[in-house]
Amino acid sequence: MAGILSLHDAIERFVESGDSVALEGFTHLIPFAAGHEIIRQGLTDLTLIRMTPDLIYDQMIGCGCARKLIFSWGGNPGVGSLHRLRDAVERGWPRPLAIEEHSHSAMAHAYAAGAAGMPCAIFRGYIGSDLTAVNPQIRSVTCPFTGETLAAVPALRPDVAIIHAQKADRAGNVLVAGIVGVQKEAVLASRRAIATVEEIVDDLGTTGTNATVLPAWTLSAVAPAPGGARPSYAHGYYGRDNAFYTAWDAIARDRDRFTDWIDANVRQAGGTRA
Amino acid sequence: MTWSASEMMTVAAARVLTSDDICFVGIGLPSAACNLARLTHAPGLTLVYESGTLATKPQVLPLSIGDGELFETALTTVSVPEMFQYWLQGGRITVGFLGGAQVDRYGNLNSTVIGDYARPKVRLPGSGGATEISTSCQRIFIVMRHGRKSFVEKLDFLTSLGHGPTGRERRELGLRTEGPSLIVTDLCTMRPDPQSKEFVVVTLHPGVTAESVLENTGWPIRFAPQVQETPAPTEAELAALRDLNARTARAHGVAAAE
Repeated sequence: MAGILSLHDAIERFVESGDSVALEGFTHLIPFAAGHEIIRQGLTDLTLIRMTPDLIYDQMIGCGCARKLIFSWGGNPGVGSLHRLRDAVERGWPRPLAIEEHSHSAMAHAYAAGAAGMPCAIFRGYIGSDLTAVNPQIRSVTCPFTGETLAAVPALRPDVAIIHAQKADRAGNVLVAGIVGVQKEAVLASRRAIATVEEIVDDLGTTGTNATVLPAWTLSAVAPAPGGARPSYAHGYYGRDNAFYTAWDAIARDRDRFTDWIDANVRQAGGTRA
Repeated sequence: MTWSASEMMTVAAARVLTSDDICFVGIGLPSAACNLARLTHAPGLTLVYESGTLATKPQVLPLSIGDGELFETALTTVSVPEMFQYWLQGGRITVGFLGGAQVDRYGNLNSTVIGDYARPKVRLPGSGGATEISTSCQRIFIVMRHGRKSFVEKLDFLTSLGHGPTGRERRELGLRTEGPSLIVTDLCTMRPDPQSKEFVVVTLHPGVTAESVLENTGWPIRFAPQVQETPAPTEAELAALRDLNARTARAHGVAAAE
């Protein structure tokens, strides 16, 4: 644990071009500020891992940060397509993007297997699905006790996990509240992990509550990033900006409009250098 | 009283759910139907969303699968791996409600690509939870708008198994779950033939002709020997649905799925 760093320093120190990176958060607590810092620092050749790529990966892919995407549902929830993701897959802009496509169940099992230190996840899935024909990582094993054929996928072991959470205490213990998604598994599955938080507090107030707390010693760094999940939401702090999710559709449809938006709102937004 | 084809579809889908069901809900049309059922004839219906919210009672329809509304009104919320491991794979869910870009006559669904996978004409969002929902829930209801591009002779990609490409694969694979047992559209409702598993039209919505179903289906769809008329939406059903949609529009500032 390097302690509490600025977002700039946490990304500079623990994320490198070429890394496999999982920015997780299931609709809730999506680490946008950290993704924007990765764009500003010009990191490239990343393998991006995320169950639901959402707008943050649309932005990172449109900026050319990624060479590969591992995912299970790639859309703008309730709105439609991720146009930068589609442009990269269908037309190779701004660079070609390899995809490794799974189901949610497979990704969830694969993170849990990674957290458990297992080489692969075994589950009852992909039965009769064409996904097995287009993703060579989807294989099968026979149960040695019952003979049942089960699906197997490699455990997810990202180089870096990045999550956003509500609070950290001064020692760097992190509280995740509300819809907790797959963040705990992503952090425990990864070699390095960064948590951005809404605020640093003296006391998490979690003693006796059985809340979801990631101990400081499971993290590489904690970085304060108030509002760091916007336009997604942080339970107890702010709501989801549904209007922005809707507006993103028109911004992302056009390459020039997208680039102008990134320049104005990310590249020239000053960052969070402390 | 008048109603739209979309309202008829949502009402017809809601009616098949009961207070005894534990239902795995997708966003959009399924979510509207499931919440309408809970607000009308099935107050005990248990709704589960893949974000981990168990027994949630949203007052407005969520825009995304993980809206705060779902967490704040849930009995409890579990992690996403627990949702897929214990609750879905563990066999705790009685009904899965699915849609897709394409469905075939055996209730197989495509939500992945239109065209070739490597060079797609349209890249769709992908499986999400659907691939395992379709095999793990005790039964599957499908709700989709009718049209020749969506009700197709052959899927471009089979994301989620229905009864299989020939209607026999599901049984041959040894699945113990029932699979798709109902399709509700804006024109009609369909059930699978008990032997062949081919979906046949069992009710036509009021004012809909068999010809319009034929014109809007990409395979020569068959009809049950006695096709009934779908009972029209009641005033109570329409009032509950319109209230739900109005609340949702106020909350999100956008129109909800009907």
